[in-house]
Amino acid sequence: MSKRVLLIEDEPNIIEAISFILSRDGWDVCTHSNGHDAVDAVLRRAPDVLILDVMLPGRSGYDILTELRANSETQALPVLMLTARGQTKDREMAERAGASRFMTKPFSNCEVLQAVKELVAS
Amino acid sequence: MIRDSLVGSRIRERRVMAGLKQAELAATVNISASYLNLIEHNKRRIGGKLLVDLAGALGVEPSLLSEGAEAALIATLREAAADAPKAEPELDRTDEFAGRFPGWARLVAERHQQVQSLERTVEALSDRFAHDPHLATSMHELLSMVTAIRSTAGILHESKDIEPEWQGRFHRNLNEDSQRLADSAQSLVDFLDTTQQDTTRGTSPQDEMDAFLKEQSYHFPALEQSGGWPDQIIDATTTLKSTAARSMARHLLATYQRDAQAMPKHVFLEAIKDIGVRPDALAQRFGVSLPAAMRRCAAMPAEDMPMAVGLVVSDGAGALLVRHEVEGFPVPRFSAACAKWPLFHALTRPMQPVRATVEMAGRDGLQFDCLAVAEPVGPVSFEKDPLYQASMLILPNDEKSNEPRLIGSTCRICPRRKCQGRSVHSILTDGI
Repeated sequence: MSKRVLLIEDEPNIIEAISFILSRDGWDVCTHSNGHDAVDAVLRRAPDVLILDVMLPGRSGYDILTELRANSETQALPVLMLTARGQTKDREMAERAGASRFMTKPFSNCEVLQAVKELVAS
Repeated sequence: MIRDSLVGSRIRERRVMAGLKQAELAATVNISASYLNLIEHNKRRIGGKLLVDLAGALGVEPSLLSEGAEAALIATLREAAADAPKAEPELDRTDEFAGRFPGWARLVAERHQQVQSLERTVEALSDRFAHDPHLATSMHELLSMVTAIRSTAGILHESKDIEPEWQGRFHRNLNEDSQRLADSAQSLVDFLDTTQQDTTRGTSPQDEMDAFLKEQSYHFPALEQSGGWPDQIIDATTTLKSTAARSMARHLLATYQRDAQAMPKHVFLEAIKDIGVRPDALAQRFGVSLPAAMRRCAAMPAEDMPMAVGLVVSDGAGALLVRHEVEGFPVPRFSAACAKWPLFHALTRPMQPVRATVEMAGRDGLQFDCLAVAEPVGPVSFEKDPLYQASMLILPNDEKSNEPRLIGSTCRICPRRKCQGRSVHSILTDGI
């Protein structure tokens, strides 16, 4: 049975491209595009890996991750955070919120694929 | 006898700066406090020995009182000294410097003001690049589009066996994203261009707005009739250069237009003739809110009003959003305003009108009738806490009150020594 990745991102063409790459590699990909009910989406989909954008409509990725880490069901979920800001303080915020990995836009397809594989393996 | 009609004002100014009461100074020079009061209000001419005695008691050269070295100039020189303590300027001789070398003093003061203006510009720009939400959002969008293009292009390049349907979809995405990228990049360049123009001009959007409103005397005849459009006024002015200032003006003029429709000018002026500049009674007559009636009073042409009218509006954090000054009631541009203004009192008790007679610190000690109220911004709901905005109408008060609330413009240049509201010491009483 293939592993499930949930991608929470609001840019439709990024969703389409990443979904395509991961699906081709054998992953079961689910997507979600707003921050309001992102936590519900994670609990409902129960993914093996979460790819989470920082800037989302309705709620920031940092807030969502903080709530996920406070929940015993999602405390240990591997999370790859995507952001357009690569400054040290953004990395620190991601780490504080509990991100497993942090990736700065623009990234390549190989980088995303590799990061997801490593997160599941670890 | 000296004929200069402002000698008395200068004596008062110096006395206030020295922190002396009228009675104290009068006793020092052996005259009555009431006579000194007449002198200070320029109702008695003064010269000879009394002028020399007063100058001696105030610690200044007589020529400073008779010829004058403006307090504002001295205050600016003191500010300049505060900013460069290492130069060890002779603070105790500031008055003498301004009096003996007025040209040089003005030059130093002007340079200091220019340096301050440039420093504010640098600070504003630095803050803008670090925190401007428009810039942050634009950069995020730009990078998201680049990411989408990079991923899509990568798929098309690397996936040899991609189905025609997917291939067509990715080509379309690539085309859309590249078009959006071009538009966003152009928008960002326009934004940065505006920023550069702002740097040259050295003003903030709020400054542009203030200049625009002042230039129009706070009155817009085109919006008094139906058919006038705020955008036409904004497009016609060269004062509003930044996008932020134009957006602020658009919002303000739309409110003006609504007020003008609810309170047509000729009817409103008739009502003022009938009941006076009383925003509460005017609000009742026209069925509008108190802030709306205040705004309308301040928007009438000065020549049609029985008295001068000023208006300040503040948000809940105390930032001044509207600075319509009236003579003798200076509204600070950069520092926080005096905490004792009824405007801020109104913020502590929303929806309840606040009225106070105030006396502004300064050479003339003018009194004003201030009428303030704080009301929620936008529609109220049980779902979220309201934000409040306070408005204060400022009306000159010729009938002097014996117990006015003593206020200032801003702490830094306020001479009132014992003030509960003081947040920073004053350069006028405590030096720098």
